[in-house]
Amino acid sequence: MNPQQIARTTILNAVRKALPTQKIDLPAVPVEQKHLGATGGFGYRGNLSSLEKIEGAPQPGESLTPYFERQLARMGGRSLTINTAAEIPDKVRELFPAARRICSVIPEMSDAKPLSQATSSRSLADVDVAVVRSHLGVAEAGAVWLTDLDLIVPALGVLTQHLVVLLDPKDIVPTLHEAYGGIIPFDKYPYGVFMAGPSATGDIEGVIIHGAQGARTLTVFLLAT
Amino acid sequence: MNLFNVLTDRPVDPESAAAKFIADTKHEETHDRLVWGMRMHRDEAARQIPGWEELRELASQIKEHTLTHLDQYLEQFEQNAIAHGVHVHWALDAAEHNDIVLSIFQKHNVKRVIKSKSMLQEECGMAAALETQGIEVRESDLGERIQQLAHERPSHIVVPAIHQLRTDVAALFAKNLATDEQNSDPHYLTEAMRNDARPALLHADAGMTGANFAIAETGGIVICTNEGNADIGVTVPDLQVCSIGIEKLVPRSADLGVMLRLLSRSALGTPMTQYTTHLHRPRPGTRIHFILVDNKRSDRLASPDFWHALKCIRCGACMNTCPVYRRSGGLSYQATYSGPIGVILDPGFDHTKYRELPYHSTLCGSCSEVCPVRIDIADQIYKWRRVIADEGLLPLAKRAGMAVMGETLSHTEAFHGAEAVAIKAIEQLPGVVFNNPLNPWTKHRDMPNPPKQTFHQWYQKNRGSE
Repeated sequence: MNPQQIARTTILNAVRKALPTQKIDLPAVPVEQKHLGATGGFGYRGNLSSLEKIEGAPQPGESLTPYFERQLARMGGRSLTINTAAEIPDKVRELFPAARRICSVIPEMSDAKPLSQATSSRSLADVDVAVVRSHLGVAEAGAVWLTDLDLIVPALGVLTQHLVVLLDPKDIVPTLHEAYGGIIPFDKYPYGVFMAGPSATGDIEGVIIHGAQGARTLTVFLLAT
Repeated sequence: MNLFNVLTDRPVDPESAAAKFIADTKHEETHDRLVWGMRMHRDEAARQIPGWEELRELASQIKEHTLTHLDQYLEQFEQNAIAHGVHVHWALDAAEHNDIVLSIFQKHNVKRVIKSKSMLQEECGMAAALETQGIEVRESDLGERIQQLAHERPSHIVVPAIHQLRTDVAALFAKNLATDEQNSDPHYLTEAMRNDARPALLHADAGMTGANFAIAETGGIVICTNEGNADIGVTVPDLQVCSIGIEKLVPRSADLGVMLRLLSRSALGTPMTQYTTHLHRPRPGTRIHFILVDNKRSDRLASPDFWHALKCIRCGACMNTCPVYRRSGGLSYQATYSGPIGVILDPGFDHTKYRELPYHSTLCGSCSEVCPVRIDIADQIYKWRRVIADEGLLPLAKRAGMAVMGETLSHTEAFHGAEAVAIKAIEQLPGVVFNNPLNPWTKHRDMPNPPKQTFHQWYQKNRGSE
């Protein structure tokens, strides 16, 4: 056996020998997914992730969008409602007038220099604004889910100075329970990230500052499709 | 540069180290205020979640289940990770971990590494070990980088430089990043760091991370940061090395819904970290190495008293609420892990060296109250004191005091005699006798005025006939 195999065997044997004798059962994590695909409402009724008791959170049948927007704002992000896809390019330029390199990976906004999986990560260092689409938002955290497929080159999401994310309000779920309850086939993606607002730090005397390392701003365009 | 007494076996002395920190009132006050602020944010966030207590219980059960079936989940995790093209290694201890990292880097001719915060790599003394081999290791988290430049270890699990004032950081950056020493605006300092870090982040040969969670069902890991620095580390260089403590396993993706709802709320009071990163397989043309590290975790698992500490998800809530941590600062623990969780983890690595740490606590129990996975931290602190005492490792002063106290308390007459003598003595002797450096009680306060009589004397007089 090589040293690696020895370590593996030694550790697993040590763990087996050390296992506490009283076994604890794996508890079920309550989750329902029936809200998915519903329009502007959520049907989750389980106790654990019930939002109903949270002040200002949506009641059954109400839209999750305002709650998502408020939580996103709390995390330092912002949201805008977009009526038609045609508005997107103008809106992006309006928000970021000084941007020199805007990189879009959505069909709604064509890009002069389209990305491919072969594009090097380092070539994205000068991107000022990136425009991407998310297929899942989580209301309680104000978070959007992005993967390699959405970003084409995963580094785009963190190397860009500003990030714009398109999200359909009907893709918002109430809590992380629903998000992790089988919606996402995590292991299919090399990389996936929940982003809740832009890069942030509180490392110097607790003062919250955005843009420590990753994107300085995160803007979610809410667009019903 | 040797920061740490990691290399020496001399017992740490938290009391003296804390005294140095406390000597500067501004540091102590600011630290206390900022850390308590995080605790307040945590309470607010916990109140927002209707099923908070059920969530804690669920998280605790998930971790206990995992730890009582850990061998199965480790094998399942390994199998799934390998199926995704990830290289999986196993390391018995810190030295083996560092050797594996070094051999990977040597094979790929890695000279410059960017790493995001990993307590495990800290525990292994990895950065120092790699630097002796000519590999430059750069911290990408702002607080961690501040500590790296200051040649100090992190003082808090979540906010590593929380004990530094903005003026300290300004002085440090002026020396290292050529910033204006007079400008201590955190925005200015953070921007200076961003600009300094960017080229290093872009041109690193490898990225290193720890793992907040490892999912057996999917063979992938989750890394939580607020700066997105781990994301740069895992998406820019073509090689990633992730160090994973074997206790980081959870069985299913669904368990993340529970753990992640608790983690950042308990840490900073935010609903979630800004970035929650999932790494499952290498992209075409890139490599990922996972290193599963034991480093005495299986020893801890074998201990009926202490295995629950392996449930820890590293949120730092226990530090934020601890009156001793808040006043004395994280560096006073002189160990990888500070605060209440450090008090019960560090002696597990070396209980001779860290024998003083279980006494660096008031046993108030606040840590157990806020722990999101319900670790019995305060009980374990007490149990560690027993271990230390049973092994004859009590420091001489405590041992001598305890012996006298034990003798006195076990003889009623002797106790009442001593009590009366003490009161008389306090009344009659000049303050200097008590308020002197040999009496640790009076280091930061005066002795209280003694009562006119002992409780026993009062009871005999007023209730003695009942």
